[in-house]
Amino acid sequence: MINLQSVRKVFQTKDGEVKAVDTVDLNIKQGEIYGIIGYSGAGKSTLIRILNMLERPTSGTVTIGGKNMSELSSKKLRQARQEISMIFQHFNLLWSRTVRENIAFPLEIAGYPKDKIKQRVDELIDLVGLEGRGGSYPSQLSGGQKQRVGIARALANEPKVLLCDEATSALDPKTTDSILDLLVEINQKLGLTIVLITHEMHVIRKICHRVAVMETGKVVEEGDVLNVFKNPKEPITRDFVKQVTEPEETVDTIKQFIQEFPEGRIVQLTFIGGRAGQPLITELIRNFEVDVNILQGKITQTQNGPYGTLFIQIKGSEEALSKAMEFLDRVQVEVEVIHNA
Amino acid sequence: MLSTWFPNVQWDVVLEATKETLYMSAISVLVTFILGLALGLALYLTAPGNLWENKFLNSVIAIIVNVFRSIPFIILIILLIPFTRFIVGTMLGAEAALPALIVGAAPFYARMVEIALREIDKGVIEAAKSMGATNTQIIFKVLIPESTPALVSGITVTAIALVSYTAMAGVVGAGGLGNLAYMEGYQRDNADVTLVSTVLILIIVFVIQWIGDRFTTALDKR
Repeated sequence: MINLQSVRKVFQTKDGEVKAVDTVDLNIKQGEIYGIIGYSGAGKSTLIRILNMLERPTSGTVTIGGKNMSELSSKKLRQARQEISMIFQHFNLLWSRTVRENIAFPLEIAGYPKDKIKQRVDELIDLVGLEGRGGSYPSQLSGGQKQRVGIARALANEPKVLLCDEATSALDPKTTDSILDLLVEINQKLGLTIVLITHEMHVIRKICHRVAVMETGKVVEEGDVLNVFKNPKEPITRDFVKQVTEPEETVDTIKQFIQEFPEGRIVQLTFIGGRAGQPLITELIRNFEVDVNILQGKITQTQNGPYGTLFIQIKGSEEALSKAMEFLDRVQVEVEVIHNA
Repeated sequence: MLSTWFPNVQWDVVLEATKETLYMSAISVLVTFILGLALGLALYLTAPGNLWENKFLNSVIAIIVNVFRSIPFIILIILLIPFTRFIVGTMLGAEAALPALIVGAAPFYARMVEIALREIDKGVIEAAKSMGATNTQIIFKVLIPESTPALVSGITVTAIALVSYTAMAGVVGAGGLGNLAYMEGYQRDNADVTLVSTVLILIIVFVIQWIGDRFTTALDKR
């Protein structure tokens, strides 16, 4: 659906050249939710704007739905943009228009007749759950409602691709989740491809199928969300994964624990996919002569299945311990020994 | 009673002068609005980073605007005498004041329009672009509607400036309340005529301000 080949974007500044996007290749499939994560300044904002040519790439090709975006005439580009809509961190609604008029805006641009506009706006208001707010002005809405208007507006022309530019970064956690749920819903209902950029791993974890990690203009790591969670290769990816798998205080808690109770082994178990649901600890205690003490744990849902980490302390004879470890290996749980007394 | 308090005031003359002032103000405000809006849009659109970015055109317009905005109005009237003669055919009467009024006020309003447009969030323009809007659609569906309150409060300020310009134009023969106050009031030493003219001009200004404020408040949905 979306294909990027050696895309580069270089900005000329007073301090010399800045490579905002540095030789990026991406392949995004029809109907998937693709996340691009990076810290601010990583170039993800420029990258997503290259997709609809709000920024022109310095070199490289961008193909969306078979069209080479940078070679389109300005008229063809405007038509193509009606199929690639965008939502924004700060919503970018027209404050002089009501909710209905904002949603109608792209339809006016596309030249819909008045009666069709009315009908389509009604459908969209239902779809994003803004019934009864059609006559309000954006200033009268909450952040979440504003983003719902943004989404309705983006869906008005029945696009094939939806670009999300930090769409939840200005929202509180609860509202973020409701907007993410809405995005998953429209992805499933309408089958449209969603590309989003974010700095929050929570967003990737919750709704993305695949993820690309960006650092200083380059995509440093890419793959299925679950695989990236399971096996992050780059340090920056590990940082991002930690955002959602480990509570911030984990490291401190474990250190503290080791100091107080140095006996036994402290092990980090990582569950991927189906295993996260199995009664592993029960089996461990029943089948081996060991005591198990749960220190900390967390199970996280991703679009490809659950993912969990569990920190446990195992005590017992040397023999029982090694048997227990063998068992853990056998059931295909990632095991990392953190402390061995 | 009026004749005892204002012995020298000829009310039919005052009425005629008020009509002339209102006529000059109304026409010049209307043309200034259109011309200033066009100039202001041109200034904004040709600025760096905007839709019709053009350094050369931008500096040409900026220079014209700055020059005409800086010339004191009373001097501008004199400078424009040949131009006015050419267009209107005479230097006397309300019509003859219009070219100078418009040339003086339009650049002033153009700057206000430019400031109003610059206040618009760039993200909104980006959103319109991302929907495939043409530049014309962006101008008429985004730029102008989103800056309307500022455009209205700007034209209110300009209209009030224009009322005082008409008084100055009156002194050099354009008629209206300014002319009345100067010729009948000052030259003939009739303080009551000057007073009546002043009060009428104040009323006109207050009414303009009131209407402008009402519109601005009603239009502002932020």
